[in-house]
Amino acid sequence: MCTTHELPPGGRRIVEVEGRSIGVFNVAGDYLAIRNRCPHQGGPLCEGVQVGELTSDLPGDYEHSRPGEMIRCPWHGWEFDLRTGASWFDPARRRVRSYKVQVVPRGELEEPPPRPGLHPGPYTAETVPVTVEGAYVVLELAPSGN
Amino acid sequence: MSALNGTAVIDADVHALVPSIERLFPWLDAHWQEVAQTTQFRGPTDTPYPPSAATSMRPDLDPAAGVAETVEDLRAHVLDPTGVEAAILVCAYATEAIKNPDAAAALSTAANSWVAEQWLASEPRLHGSIVVPGLHPTLAVEEIERCAENPRFVQVVLPVRSFAPYGNRIWWPLLDVVTRHGLVLNLHFGGASGDPPTSVGWPSTYLEEYVDMPSAFQTQIMSLVAEGAFDRFPDLRVLCSESGFAWLPSFMWRFDRLWHALRREMPWVRRAPSAYIRDHIRVTTQPFDVPVDEFPRVYDHIGSDELLCYATDYPHWQSETVAAAVPPLPEGPALQAILGGNARRLFGLGGERN
Ligand code: FES
Repeated sequence: MCTTHELPPGGRRIVEVEGRSIGVFNVAGDYLAIRNRCPHQGGPLCEGVQVGELTSDLPGDYEHSRPGEMIRCPWHGWEFDLRTGASWFDPARRRVRSYKVQVVPRGELEEPPPRPGLHPGPYTAETVPVTVEGAYVVLELAPSGN
Repeated sequence: MSALNGTAVIDADVHALVPSIERLFPWLDAHWQEVAQTTQFRGPTDTPYPPSAATSMRPDLDPAAGVAETVEDLRAHVLDPTGVEAAILVCAYATEAIKNPDAAAALSTAANSWVAEQWLASEPRLHGSIVVPGLHPTLAVEEIERCAENPRFVQVVLPVRSFAPYGNRIWWPLLDVVTRHGLVLNLHFGGASGDPPTSVGWPSTYLEEYVDMPSAFQTQIMSLVAEGAFDRFPDLRVLCSESGFAWLPSFMWRFDRLWHALRREMPWVRRAPSAYIRDHIRVTTQPFDVPVDEFPRVYDHIGSDELLCYATDYPHWQSETVAAAVPPLPEGPALQAILGGNARRLFGLGGERN
């Protein structure tokens, strides 16, 4: 879907693949992807704010971990885990589909995929060879293990 | 009375009224007796039940006759006619209105001693509620420690209108002592801390105060859940008296919904607020705040057979007859739970406790 340069740590891209809107996130070097559709009422989940996991054993305790690995839906604030798609408060029943993301070295991709939503047209403009250093971020539509 | 036939009934809210400070003289030391005799000080004269209001006294009872001032009245008017197995006696003596901490503590102690000696000791069906100086949490803790030695006290009564919400950490020593002694925290209609009785300021009429009361109960329940009182004190159990109950379904839905969005403010709240409410909160049935015909639908929405506890609220006048205070449900386990089972477990009467 893009090169690793185009998705640096802390970055996100929302792409359209086969009619599905999917958010791909680089969280401190890990690539994570979930469907950009909130299971609550369909809000654009991947446009929300990324936050850490916040738990507590007792009033006054704030255990903050996994910075940036949760996302809050911009519509009603429900929290989802970017790694699993599980919602914070009802992980068994409320979850958003998550996808596997791979980083593939440039030479191993048979051909770079066309940009999502674009199709080859009949015209060809003059091109100039450009070398891209690095690797591609590849999104797999098969759902990840969970 | 037929609705009560054959069912073991517990009345979760009947009242003892302190008629005047003089009645408490036997339990007040020489200093406070002298203060009452030589100054204008009359103890807490604020009452959430103004004597002239139609809601304050059953119309068949003569207000001039000193109703609910003696255990004989209570026997004649409620305990014997309804044949209850037990009743929870609440003396809503508004010592939270007294700014002087020593006076508030002395009067609370006196009221509790009056209840223990003149009511509980002579009537085995009665179980008492500890009056505390509600402006002074530290003194309140001392009074609870003192009274808890008498097992006939089964709850601590706090007015639902307070100077600070009860989930606030300033109240935790009180919640701790209540829980340690296996007592119930009773949030009761009324409260005279000196703050306006509504959240938006002073109303002009008693009607406004009265109708608005459920909002204070909602605020207290929210505070207890949000501040983590039930996480910190997992055995804490709360009975809301004279709160109404028809607002519970929409309140719980709204609380749950916004918790989803805002729960990061209170990460210790790990379950939906309605789950805490169903586990820790109980509510008396008087006054009904829904037309009788609608009751079964509201009851369905409440979604639990364990929440409601039957009460007459004697001598306050809420329904035409005692039988009319019985929720209109068919004979069966739900009705039995409301009439007795829920209160029996809440107060650990007859060896049951939840
Ligand atoms: S649509 Fe996402 S939280 Fe409501």
